[in-house]
Amino acid sequence: MSDGLFQFLLRMGDNTLVLGHRISEWCGQAPGLEEDIALANTALDLIGQTQMWLGYAAEVEGAGRTADDLAFLRDVWDFRNLLMLERPNLDFGHTITRQFFFDAFHVLLLTRLQASSDARVAEIAAKSVKEAAYHLERSADLVIALGDGTDESHQRMQSAVDLLWPFAGEMFAADDVDNAMAAAGIAPDPASLRAEWQRKVDQVMADATLTLPESQFAHQGGKTGRQHTEHLGHMLAQMQWLQRAYPGATW
Amino acid sequence: MSNAPELPLWEVFIRGQHGLSHRHVGSLHAADAEAALKNARDVYTRRNEGVSIWVVEAAQITASAPGDKGPLFEPANSKVYRHPTFFDIPDEIGSM
Repeated sequence: MSDGLFQFLLRMGDNTLVLGHRISEWCGQAPGLEEDIALANTALDLIGQTQMWLGYAAEVEGAGRTADDLAFLRDVWDFRNLLMLERPNLDFGHTITRQFFFDAFHVLLLTRLQASSDARVAEIAAKSVKEAAYHLERSADLVIALGDGTDESHQRMQSAVDLLWPFAGEMFAADDVDNAMAAAGIAPDPASLRAEWQRKVDQVMADATLTLPESQFAHQGGKTGRQHTEHLGHMLAQMQWLQRAYPGATW
Repeated sequence: MSNAPELPLWEVFIRGQHGLSHRHVGSLHAADAEAALKNARDVYTRRNEGVSIWVVEAAQITASAPGDKGPLFEPANSKVYRHPTFFDIPDEIGSM
């Protein structure tokens, strides 16, 4: 059980860590001062959540590691984040679409986790869910504004939806870890979140005049670490460079 | 980093947690009032709980012109009889 819980906590923390890092790449580059600051705020929220999830994960593991060790000293195959979140930013449309797909899922998951049988999980979820609700409000609004915007913004958003759609299914694909968590009342079965997520996504897509692809194909391998995309290694090389070059460096 | 010309300018007024009144804190660009509110929260409040934000499209604000300063504000200064400073306040009234 404790290994299952450890894996689950890594999934939560790696999701927020990887997405937080990706969004932080926009710092000083976003299409407008207001968006730049909003994206940085979102990234900081996610990094804060990462500290809580990975901090608890390190305690559960009981091997003397810290949240920092887990963030900076694990390699690609040890990461448990959803594949969608490690995808490159590409353009603002892809970034916002990825954010919306995840935020809609994240809010549902954290809402349910507030009732977790594990007190620490419930506590972290309660703190995180307020931030996630705000993230979702922003990303949903932007999807609608850009999808229902100019010809170019519409076309960019549609191409982002088409490209990211095959990565959305992994959020709801339950495996042994998910089943063990559900059985212990620690976390909901992710598949049980799908219908409500789909409702929200359908509504926003309609307002944004965007079309979801028909295909139900879903890339997998992120949550298990079995097969990450080629993007994660490059990201970690940048993110972990300092700790790798100067082990134990502090400031 | 450029704002599309069609994004209007909004002036932002914020009342802090223990503030009594809204104060002008700056401006920003946004497509509509809702977006302006969200942007104001990110740019000017740093997520402080319990603040109140007003956004007003800059075009809606009429400002006094610097050239009008004299006619608008000076008459009172030169007319001491307009200032109620010549009354003896009875002690039992206390400060007013």
